[in-house]
Amino acid sequence: MEQTPVQASHVHAPPQGFLRKYVFSLDHKMIGKQYYGLALIAVFTGMALSWLMRFHLVWPDAKIPLLGSLAKTGAPGGVITPEYYLSLLTMHGTLMVFFVLTNAPFAGFGNYFLPIQIGAEDMAFPRFNMMSFWTTFLAFLVLIAAFFIPDGPPISGWTAYAPLSAIGKDAGPGLGWGQNLWAISIALFCVGQLLGSLNFIATTLDLRAKGMTLMRMPICTWAWFITSCIGLLAFAVLLPACLLLILDKTAGTSFFIPSGLVVSDRLQPHAGGSPLLWQHLFWFFGHPEVYIAILPAMGIVSHVLVTSMRKPLLSAKVIIYSMISIGFLSYMVWGHHMFVSGMNPFSSLLFSFPTLTITIPATIMTLIWLGSLYGANIRITAASLFALGFVSMFVSGGVSGFFLAQPSIDIYLHATYFVVGHFHMVMGVAAIFGILSGTYFWFPKMTGRMMNETLGKLHFWITFIGTYCIFMPFHYLGMVGNVRRLASFVNDFMPPLMPVHKFVTIAALITGAGQFIFLYNLIHSRFRGAPATENPWEGTSLEWTIPSPPPWNNFGDRPVVVYHDAHQIGVKGSKGDFVMQDSPEQLPAT
Amino acid sequence: MSTAAQASTISQPRFAGNSEASRSGIWVAVFAITMSFAALTSALYVRQGSSDWSHIVVPPILYLNTLALLLSSLTMEIARRAKVRDLELTPSSLASPLAWLAATLALGMAFVAGQFFAWRQLAAQGLFLATNPNSSFLYVLTGLHAIHVLAGIAALVFLLGLMAGSHLTFRRHLLDNTAVYWHFMALLWLYLLFVIRTRL
Repeated sequence: MEQTPVQASHVHAPPQGFLRKYVFSLDHKMIGKQYYGLALIAVFTGMALSWLMRFHLVWPDAKIPLLGSLAKTGAPGGVITPEYYLSLLTMHGTLMVFFVLTNAPFAGFGNYFLPIQIGAEDMAFPRFNMMSFWTTFLAFLVLIAAFFIPDGPPISGWTAYAPLSAIGKDAGPGLGWGQNLWAISIALFCVGQLLGSLNFIATTLDLRAKGMTLMRMPICTWAWFITSCIGLLAFAVLLPACLLLILDKTAGTSFFIPSGLVVSDRLQPHAGGSPLLWQHLFWFFGHPEVYIAILPAMGIVSHVLVTSMRKPLLSAKVIIYSMISIGFLSYMVWGHHMFVSGMNPFSSLLFSFPTLTITIPATIMTLIWLGSLYGANIRITAASLFALGFVSMFVSGGVSGFFLAQPSIDIYLHATYFVVGHFHMVMGVAAIFGILSGTYFWFPKMTGRMMNETLGKLHFWITFIGTYCIFMPFHYLGMVGNVRRLASFVNDFMPPLMPVHKFVTIAALITGAGQFIFLYNLIHSRFRGAPATENPWEGTSLEWTIPSPPPWNNFGDRPVVVYHDAHQIGVKGSKGDFVMQDSPEQLPAT
Repeated sequence: MSTAAQASTISQPRFAGNSEASRSGIWVAVFAITMSFAALTSALYVRQGSSDWSHIVVPPILYLNTLALLLSSLTMEIARRAKVRDLELTPSSLASPLAWLAATLALGMAFVAGQFFAWRQLAAQGLFLATNPNSSFLYVLTGLHAIHVLAGIAALVFLLGLMAGSHLTFRRHLLDNTAVYWHFMALLWLYLLFVIRTRL
């Protein structure tokens, strides 16, 4: 067999010096870890913000230590004002959606493992890759800066609905420079993601090793590839939308601000703009963004499940085709966020159909996971538990989507806790479970050390039970009519709901505390964990054929040749019940 | 199915500045930029429904600029068609494409200067970014397009530097990719001019 000739020149030389190695690194593995680290900082910040909100909801008069000095106007004496509650909510949503759910599963794991899984030495454009991370990091700093300016963070929610987000200080605290910083941060984030998506697509198309056909790629490689295609289109729309918002805020244009608008007793000097336009542009990005968060998690979970079940999925191909159709359909459903926006009712109907259709590929995938699990002798590890937890969360959170997809029901449930429960379970927690599953699964490869399984399982059970306790009652609260984004319970029917809210807050505090077990495990195992072998989980894809942690050029100078599909598990091979992708041994006839 | 590797269509990854990847990359970038401008023009179509939509007389210099950009696309194409291959380069074989690329650069810079002049004319008429929605869109569309053309100009300067410096550092695919981007800029401008002419 002819071997791939090895070229003398590499994509980049081995990094020298601290800055090149750890800071301005061109190595996709270091960039992946940087993204993951940024997501880790963002997720604990976002979680702390949600704690403050939950705490304020049930103990509105309690003084929170330190907060009074951090936010002098937002929380005088440590008591959160209703406006500051909205600021916390905006920052929580923005941090979580952009800097956690997009960064960790897609940019983090994708950067680290996509090149390895296709047998490449690095991404196609390592410099763009580095720029992508540092632009994202800058975006993070700009966003966080909003906490420290006198104006405070914006109160407009992570969706920044116009016209209130576009007219400035008159609309409320944080809508002056706070909102500007938000818009600049998101515009920068878009640039970073566009560079990243471009890199992912070119790398997948052109840097695959010999024999690595598209259909031989692991499911998670496919998921990252499809996600990058979605991200390319979605962020290319959000970027000009943010630009128009910045112009409305700072240059006096009227893209989103209608005429005759009186806010805070002042006639706004703008005319003719369309607030609906912002919603269209935002949700054209916003709905695909949901799939940018969840598709990589689906890929990671499929990858982990196959390895843990010791048998192939019923059909990897159908999973891949389902993900492609989800990606395609994700662009036709954005209007379902706007059923009550005053859009033409016929448009609502048109957006409702594809919304219901998109549940079909999602259901097919779920049935494949469940059908494959039937009769499987699954190895219970922290990684596989979180993968199973993902399937559970995805089903529980997805079912409420059927209701919200109907305009007639959505009109009642819109902007209630029902919606909050729905998207937290299906997009937030499910995707986080995917990230955690990936972390426990790939940590040995990334660091050369094993994580503590007992702590991992404890972390799983606290998180699994805890998140159900937090978000299931949200559905009930929403059906009763509890509107989201309210800092206090003003209407007569609301005080009786207080016990439910107290239960949720206590669950949130316990679940959040449980995450420190994970953080401890992560840091402790990094330095003190048991040494990991090359292939601790007996996986078959290419990342398990190289040392843990991988050398700077992944495969050394060894030519990579791929002979099999990614998931040859449950077959008789020379090493056991699996055959590595790059193993030339013949598979037994099936 | 045989388990032997199907190698014929698979590219070789281990080469600095992989030419196929950068070709895919440029097309992906073209796709993303198209999407951004599609978003902006659909915003324009939504916005024009409002009562404050007026009419702007397009500064005539835009047509002159259009001519410069189309000519630059032509010179770019002549440069691209030069028969130069990576391994057979000599300083003399690069002379002709070098001259045509320099012409492209000059015409591209003339286009951006012309756009700047058009903004000055608009401002002289009292039309600024925030004057009315039509002027807002005109500045945004032409401004963003000009920024993208400037990126193309940077690529041209880089390419000319490579070719003039040493024929050994030049790579054929860099020329091809710059040509794709440059033609796309001309095409995008024709589309924007059509939108500006018919809608603003």
